[in-house]
Amino acid sequence: MTNIRRSMLFIPGNNPGMLQSADVFNADSIIIDLEDSVAIDEKDSARTLVTELLKSVPINNVETIVRINPFDTPFYEKDIEVIKKTNIDMILLPKATIESIKDLDERLKDTKIQIMVLIETSLGVHQVFDILNTTNRCLGLMLGGEDLCVDLNCARTKSGEELLYARMHVVNSSRALRKFVIDTPFTDTNDFEGLTKDTYFAKSIGFDGKASINPRQIDTINSVFNPTEAEINHAKRVIEAKDLALEAGKGVFSLDGKMVDLPIIKRAEKVIDTALKIGLMKIGEE
Amino acid sequence: MQLVKPSKAGTYESNDIYIMLFPGNETKIEVESIVYETYGDKIENVIFKTLNEYKIENVLVKAIDKGALDFTIRARLITAIKRGATND
Repeated sequence: MTNIRRSMLFIPGNNPGMLQSADVFNADSIIIDLEDSVAIDEKDSARTLVTELLKSVPINNVETIVRINPFDTPFYEKDIEVIKKTNIDMILLPKATIESIKDLDERLKDTKIQIMVLIETSLGVHQVFDILNTTNRCLGLMLGGEDLCVDLNCARTKSGEELLYARMHVVNSSRALRKFVIDTPFTDTNDFEGLTKDTYFAKSIGFDGKASINPRQIDTINSVFNPTEAEINHAKRVIEAKDLALEAGKGVFSLDGKMVDLPIIKRAEKVIDTALKIGLMKIGEE
Repeated sequence: MQLVKPSKAGTYESNDIYIMLFPGNETKIEVESIVYETYGDKIENVIFKTLNEYKIENVLVKAIDKGALDFTIRARLITAIKRGATND
């Protein structure tokens, strides 16, 4: 398993058919959902189904995350009590606030389970830096556009202007703290052109990946977040030029007439690292 | 655990199993399955072992299977047990 997070797929926690196929959809991470996709009177059933799945069915080569119910619901404590005994990688905390992440961190203190927060309220957007900075156990965040728009009292549109501030703000806060940052899902599962455009936009402003609510969206999301052949080739040339400059004792050098400095080298190294991890390059090719 | 009232869990969806439990005078398992000829014994065995694990006796189990794997059979049965039982 890599720490590449181009795509994160939500899987309803009370759906055995989808759960038993969780690792075949090609998503980098799966999010088993105990919250919105599970009816109120089936919470107990989903919790047991997910626990039995995790105890007996190996989920291979995919990061496994469980979205629990929010802090202010009667299901929160029971979800944690059961899920913390499993071998998942991370818990996704919905409607995260400073108070709720502190509580979750305390409840997970004897486990290796990490936390990812779902920022989906106007207060959450406002407090995002402090929420992320509450604990080292918190590795990153996902923006939840649907609930946020309800809280903001605005319509959720495909073009997404209403989310512009929140998107920029959560990316900046995450980058400042070296945490990962995942964009909100694109909810029209039949509009692949819209999905592609929305995903390119997310990539262009700094998101690491995008959430998905349907397995059919995964290949599109992965391909947008993959480095292109041109990006990989350019990155290889930057690294080659850097190695030559080091040998020659030069601190600064140029490539194709443009100065290459540390940020460009770091970006090139990241492209190579990603390409290696997702198999677009083999070790030794760099 | 003692089953004190009828209970149920699961759905009729593909890959799931619908399980109903009724308090009775003896333990009896009735399974309807689209794969009964091949997997009927195995399904009954998972049910039987799970009932033993939870020390449930004198129960009628009616299961309508739609191709559930073992983890789903166990999970639905455990949910039905917890919904219908009391600890004593």
